[in-house]
Amino acid sequence: MTQISFYLTLSLYAVATLLYLSCLLRNSSCQSILGSRVLLAGFLAHCLATIHRFIAAGHLPITNMHESLSFFALAIAGVYLFFEQRYKVRILGSFVVPFTLLLTLGAGIAPTAIKPLNPALQSLWIYSHTILAFGAYAFFTISGGVALLYLIQSHFLKKKHLGPLFLKLPSLDVLDEIGYRCLAFGFPMLTVAIITGAIWASRAWGSYWSWDPKESWSLITWFIYAALLHGRLTTGWRGRRAAILTVIGFLVMLFTFLGVNLWLPGLHSYT
Amino acid sequence: MNIIVVGLSHKTASVDIREKVAFSPNSIEKPLHELVNLDGIVEGIIVSTCNRVEIYATTRDIAGGIARIRRFMAEYHHLAHDLLEPHLYSYHGEEAIRHVFRVASSLDSMVVGEPQILGQIKTSYGYAAEYKSSGIILNRFLHKAFSVAKRVRTETRIASSAVSVSFAAVELARKIFGNLTDKTVLLIGAGEMCELAARHFLTNGAKGVMVTNRTFERAQRLAEEFGGEAIPFDELFLHLHKADIVLTSTGAPHAIITPSDLEEVIKRRRMRPMFLIDIAVPRDIDPAVNEMDAVYLYDMDDLQQVVAANLEGRKQEADKAEAIIAEEIIQFYKWVATLEVTPTIVALRNRFEELRKAELERTLAGWKDAPPDAEKRLEALTSAFMNKLLHQPTTVLKKAGQGNRTDLYLDALRALFDLELGGTDTNESLELEE
Repeated sequence: MTQISFYLTLSLYAVATLLYLSCLLRNSSCQSILGSRVLLAGFLAHCLATIHRFIAAGHLPITNMHESLSFFALAIAGVYLFFEQRYKVRILGSFVVPFTLLLTLGAGIAPTAIKPLNPALQSLWIYSHTILAFGAYAFFTISGGVALLYLIQSHFLKKKHLGPLFLKLPSLDVLDEIGYRCLAFGFPMLTVAIITGAIWASRAWGSYWSWDPKESWSLITWFIYAALLHGRLTTGWRGRRAAILTVIGFLVMLFTFLGVNLWLPGLHSYT
Repeated sequence: MNIIVVGLSHKTASVDIREKVAFSPNSIEKPLHELVNLDGIVEGIIVSTCNRVEIYATTRDIAGGIARIRRFMAEYHHLAHDLLEPHLYSYHGEEAIRHVFRVASSLDSMVVGEPQILGQIKTSYGYAAEYKSSGIILNRFLHKAFSVAKRVRTETRIASSAVSVSFAAVELARKIFGNLTDKTVLLIGAGEMCELAARHFLTNGAKGVMVTNRTFERAQRLAEEFGGEAIPFDELFLHLHKADIVLTSTGAPHAIITPSDLEEVIKRRRMRPMFLIDIAVPRDIDPAVNEMDAVYLYDMDDLQQVVAANLEGRKQEADKAEAIIAEEIIQFYKWVATLEVTPTIVALRNRFEELRKAELERTLAGWKDAPPDAEKRLEALTSAFMNKLLHQPTTVLKKAGQGNRTDLYLDALRALFDLELGGTDTNESLELEE
C-alpha cells in the first residue's frame, strides 16, 4: 500500500514536471492550471504515502535516506503550492517542481526497508526537531529558487535582453517579497530546530552540542541566513548580492542535509 | 451570393489620396443609401479610418459589382476615375473574407496588432445596421470577423507587447515593481516625451508625481497639471530617494546624476529598486549607474530597441494569426455556400419526403384490415398534399432569386426545417430543374 501510493506520487510529480517545463519552454504565457492540479494531486498522494509509512513504521518516517528525501520533497511541494496559490507565480514551479521530482526519484532509488528506530532516539523531540528542520529546508529551497529567478530577471533588465523568459518571469518586487517571506518563516524554524535538537541531544547522547558534522554545518547554514535576515532588517539589504548569498545559503543547506549524510559520518547518519 | 471588398489603405495610397475618399461619419447615411441602390449590390458597409477606406458588399454579379463600387468611390467624391483606379484593390469570395478577417484582427494595420481598428469596424458596422444597409450575410460576416479578431487577440501575443516608447517604459516598470499603485514618479526637466511617459505612468496607477526644473515656475505649472509636487532644482538630491521611477530630459550638457550621487540615495531607499529613464540627448544620467545594484537605467536608444524587438515579435505572432484566420474562413465559407436557392429547395423537398415516407409506413403497418388499394391511394394523397404544400414556397424562392430578401428566406428555411449545411448534390439539382 505504501509502495503503491509512493509510486503514484512519483508518477504524478513526473507529469507535473512535464507540464511545468512545457510552460517554461512554450512560447505562450503559463495560464494553464493543469500543472498545479496534478502537483496538488501528487502532494495529496504523497501525504497518504507518508501517513501509511508512519503507521507501518510506528515512528515519524525520517530515519533513513529514502524517508528523508521523500519527506523533504513533501515539504517543498507543500510550501511551493502555498506560494503559488498566494502569488500566482507558476514559472517558479518550472524550477521547483523538477527539483521535487529529483528528490522523490532519489527516494525511490534509496533502499526503502523500514528499520526500527534506535531506542536512544525514541522521544517526542523527534517531532519538533525534525519537522521544523524539514520545514525550514523547504522554505530555504523556495527562497533559493526565487533568488535564482531574481538574478535571471535582474540580469535581463540590466542587459536589456527582454526575451520570452523575461516576459514570463514575475516582477523583481514580487520575487523579493516571496524570498523575504521564505526567510521570515524558515529562519525561526531552523533556529528552534537547532535548539530542540540540542535539548534532544542532551537527553539522548548526554551533551547539548558535540560538533558532529551535521551540527557544524547547520550552524554555518544558520549563520548565512542570520546574516541575510539581519541585513534585511537593519539596512533593507536586498538585490543582486543578497540573492547570490541566498543561492549560496541554499547550496550550503543542501550540503547540510544531503552531503553530510552521504560523505561525513557522524551521529546524524542513519544507516 | 458573393462577398466583395473594394478599397484602398496605407499600403496602396498615400495620405493625400486617402483623405480625398474618406467618408465622414456625420453624413454616412447618404453614401450607404447610394451604395445599396447600385445595380446588383444587395448589402453594403463603409469602413473609413485614417489608414483605410473600404467598402464591403454582397452581390450576385462579382465583376459588375466590383466595377460599380470602384466607380462609386470616385464619383461620390467627385474624383476622376483614373486618379483613384491605381490605388484601389478589390477581392471576392475567399480572398474577400480573408481580407476583412485580417483587417479586423489588425494584421493589415500600419502598426500590426494595434487595437483601434476593431473598434472602428464595429462603429462602421453600427452605422450600416442603423441605416439598414447591411443584411443577413454582412451581419453574420461582420460578427464572424469580430469573433475571429477576438480569437487572434487571445490566442496569439500579437497585441501584448508595447510598441511605443512610453508604453515600453510602463511595461518595464511593471517588470521591476509589479504593481505601480504605490510608486512615485519624478520628472526632471520638461519635454514632450517626458510628460507623455509621466501621464502613462499615472494612468497605469502610479501614486504621485514630483516635478523639478531649472525654471521653478515651469516645474510648478507642470506639477499643477499632474496634481503633483514641484521641487526646486537645487533640492533634487534631497528628494530623489522618494522617487521609484525617474524620468529625465533636461538640456544639461553633462550628466546630472552620477553613481556617487546615487549611493546615498540607494541607502536611504533601503535598497529598494529604482527605475531611471533618461530621454535626454546628451544624456542626463551617467550610464555607469546601471552597474549599481538595485538601479535599472534605460536611455532613449534602449527603449527604442525594446519597441523594435516587440514589433519583430508581433510579426512572428502574425503567422499564428494567419493560421487561425484560414481555419475560420473555411467555416464561414460553408455557411455562405448554403445560401443558394437550388440546394435549399432540394434539401427542403428531401426533408418533407422523408417525413411522408416514414408516416406512410407507420400507418400501413398498423392497419390490419386495409383494402388492397389502400397503399396506392395513400401514396397518391400524401404526394399530392406535399407537392401542393411546397409549390408556393418553391415558386417564391425561385422568383425571388434576384431579389434582396432571398438570403433572409433561405436562412430562415434552413433554421425552421433544420436543413443540413452544404450537401449540394448535383444529380438532385438537375432533377429539380427538369
